[in-house]
Amino acid sequence: MSDTMWIGVIGTSVIAFALKFTGHSVPERFLSHPLIKRVNLLIPIALLSALVAVQSVTTKNTIVLDHRLAGLGAAIVALAFKASFPIVVLGAAITSAAVYNFL
Amino acid sequence: MSRVSSPTFRDSLSVSLTVGAYGVAFGAAAVANGFSVLQSCLLSLLTFSGASQFAVIGVIGSGGSALSGIATASLLGTRNGLYGVLMAPILKVRGFKRVVAAHITIDESTGVSLSQESRGLQAMREGFWLTGFGVFIFWNLFTLAGALGAKAMGDPSAWGLDAAVPAAFLGLVWPRLKSSTDKTLAILAAAFAIATTPFLPAGLPIIGTALIAVIVGLRSAK
Repeated sequence: MSDTMWIGVIGTSVIAFALKFTGHSVPERFLSHPLIKRVNLLIPIALLSALVAVQSVTTKNTIVLDHRLAGLGAAIVALAFKASFPIVVLGAAITSAAVYNFL
Repeated sequence: MSRVSSPTFRDSLSVSLTVGAYGVAFGAAAVANGFSVLQSCLLSLLTFSGASQFAVIGVIGSGGSALSGIATASLLGTRNGLYGVLMAPILKVRGFKRVVAAHITIDESTGVSLSQESRGLQAMREGFWLTGFGVFIFWNLFTLAGALGAKAMGDPSAWGLDAAVPAAFLGLVWPRLKSSTDKTLAILAAAFAIATTPFLPAGLPIIGTALIAVIVGLRSAK
């Protein structure tokens, strides 16, 4: 079990860095095309939106609607009122914790 | 690093603190999943990508093989490669600096940097370095704290930490949703990720949305 964990720790770290460094080393000429630039700006929007969704309403491989959704609602309200980033995150945490602990 | 413009510094610091604090949850989760304090801290130091770290401890901790843990974590880590592609022409660094830049290329450093666009190239660079180093410092300190205090902390849900992470991601994507195409893509991506979660291995519902971004980009370019 411990060997599995060490392999996991080292393997994940090596590949994580390789992926990051590869991204930084792609020749710039590949990026000059307007379409590539456009897609590169859209990809983070897609991935971050997917992360919001997956981390709000799923647990492992199932869809779970729970206290986190209340937190996300608070974050949306805070963002709609142009609140700063810490307020958005704290508001979500406090709301979610309140629902989890008291409802 | 040259003089730091204060709005950029404020953005970077607030992101670093709030996101870094979630390292408590990672440290606690890693130890709860049977990883040692040393292994937990090494993941935060060397992998330094929250989603990938949670993936590998989750998969191996629930009995998965090392290979499936690494594969899931790496699928989640590919987006950092995409961020690198975005950041390289902004940072324009070589050699050792590029190695350091690559290591701190994550959601938050890229997100803050891109959000500084209206303040100019220098602010974008400062946003990247400040947020990258800031998150790195706080993430690792809080990982250690979480790993050591795992038993005392108890349930991360009781502290609202499980809702803080999606809220942080939402806070990062929100300012990017300018055109109706951006908003449509965000909704499509979220819907795809939720709909495919019961069927696809962990990580794919997120990575798969990169393909949607490509399709939307191709269609809207006409």
